[in-house]
Amino acid sequence: MNLLRRIFRFYYDGFMSMTIGRSLWMIILVKLVIIFAIFKLFFFPDFLGSRFDKQEDKAEYVTKELLNKLP
Amino acid sequence: MDPSLIDWSRAQFALTAIYHWFFVPLTLGLSFIIAFMETMYIRTGDEHWKRITKYWMTLFGINFAIGVATGIILEFEFGTNWSNYSWFVGDIFGAPLAIEGILAFFLESTFIAVMFFGWNKVGKKFHLLSTWLVAAGANLSALWILVANAWMQYPAGMHFNPDTARNEMVNFWEVLFSPVAINKFLHTVQSGYVLASVFVIGISSWYLLKKREEMLAKRSMLVAGVFGLVMSVFIIVTGDHSARLMAKYQPVKFAAMENLYEGQTHAPLVAFGMLKVNESMEEHKKEDFIFKLEIPNFLSYMAFLDANAYVPGIKDLIHGNPERNIMPTTEKIDKGRVAISALKTYKEAKKSGDTAKSDSALTLLNANFNHFGYGFLKDEHEAIPPIKLTFYSFRIMVGLGFLFVLLFIISLWLVLKNKTANKKWFYYSAICMIPLAYLATQMGWMVAEVGRQPWIIQDVMPVSAAVSKLTTGSVQVTFVLFAITFTVLLIADIKILLTQIKKGPKEGGTSHV
Repeated sequence: MNLLRRIFRFYYDGFMSMTIGRSLWMIILVKLVIIFAIFKLFFFPDFLGSRFDKQEDKAEYVTKELLNKLP
Repeated sequence: MDPSLIDWSRAQFALTAIYHWFFVPLTLGLSFIIAFMETMYIRTGDEHWKRITKYWMTLFGINFAIGVATGIILEFEFGTNWSNYSWFVGDIFGAPLAIEGILAFFLESTFIAVMFFGWNKVGKKFHLLSTWLVAAGANLSALWILVANAWMQYPAGMHFNPDTARNEMVNFWEVLFSPVAINKFLHTVQSGYVLASVFVIGISSWYLLKKREEMLAKRSMLVAGVFGLVMSVFIIVTGDHSARLMAKYQPVKFAAMENLYEGQTHAPLVAFGMLKVNESMEEHKKEDFIFKLEIPNFLSYMAFLDANAYVPGIKDLIHGNPERNIMPTTEKIDKGRVAISALKTYKEAKKSGDTAKSDSALTLLNANFNHFGYGFLKDEHEAIPPIKLTFYSFRIMVGLGFLFVLLFIISLWLVLKNKTANKKWFYYSAICMIPLAYLATQMGWMVAEVGRQPWIIQDVMPVSAAVSKLTTGSVQVTFVLFAITFTVLLIADIKILLTQIKKGPKEGGTSHV
């Protein structure tokens, strides 16, 4: 418990004494929100995952895709 | 397949990768420079070294924070825009990326906290160990993604399973220790070390120009000069080895990089050259020189360590050369189509329960699988990468690399001879080198990635077969979104870095990020 408290204090004190780091963390958080809550959610669905549940169906689709791309 | 969809999907991936690579090399190199500086502090006990270490650590922290997670978008793009490819590569890509994630999380995330928060809280030696572990962790993270990239240039250690339409890893060590993977890792991280050294010398020169922080500037220049010079020697060695690997495994890329149309023995290297703006109509994609300055025999030696060696040109590789036992691309296309047809027959036979037919189809598929991707090409000319971009990118990268060697030598000479005062010509040159270092590393990627077109996996899958069936419009929208987001991030990175550099180590930001 003492060790956990020390680890907590280590991070707590570190974060509290940050200067430019506060702005950087803000940038990181905004960036992560944009990446995961906007880009991933609305613009980057898993192409195969969103169409098929089973692995076999995904394999079937990709095989068909490859065979159809033969010039 | 709509060609504009392929072009936009490629442009989107290139844009993301280029922006991601703005942040990575400085992290890779600066982490080691900081570790060297802190080692000097621990060995000498000189508080100036501690101050210098903390200052560069602040700039490292800014670059790291802005760049973190920019690579995730590349993984999103694999799943959305390149779904056929993502499925086709199977666990070969997944395993290295998973290891990268675990390493990045445990090594970097744990010890980076000790590195920034641990001054005066943990022992000096433990703090130094943490700084070295951050450097090692950052570079090990790069290893895994570069292994994955190297596999795309030289697929090894896998077997194609027609039932799942996936490549399955059969030998992890063959993937990890393929000659291309080792070389790619070393050459790429070394480019980061050179870039970071140029960065440190450039910023130090700015302080000397402003007559501020002389001790910090001189000591930083010393560390970066030595590190940059040593790494430049290594990067020449790995670059030279890379050329031989390319000549062996990606000969069309090698010929394009040199604009070598007709193969020859005693092939000269074009040290400088300018290509005509318009393509010659005589032969498809033949590019003529306006002028060129050649080093006799050097290309043969560079490719095969033999000045007499025959270096095949684009014409040989596309149309074939029976005398040199070079198969024409049309024959490879035929083999590729046999492999694809065999896959179709195998699937049909498997469905109808015809074991004999499926077995013979599988044998045919396996026998021709190393040319599988050629079957998707419309004609032999599609196997030629963009020559001008590959040719110029290589020369810009190499030319700038030698310029940096000169920078390191001069900076070391000035520092060691204590002649850094009033050398405005040097200060300005060194500052200008910073963007050029970024340009050089980007050009390196251009050679690697543009030069291997049309392949997403060398010989096995072209980009045209890898792309998802999306609308071009949706890719255009995400391209614009990325362009805006990444440009904002890059501006933020540069702005915060410049503000911190102007503040300098005295006015704060030295004890914690």
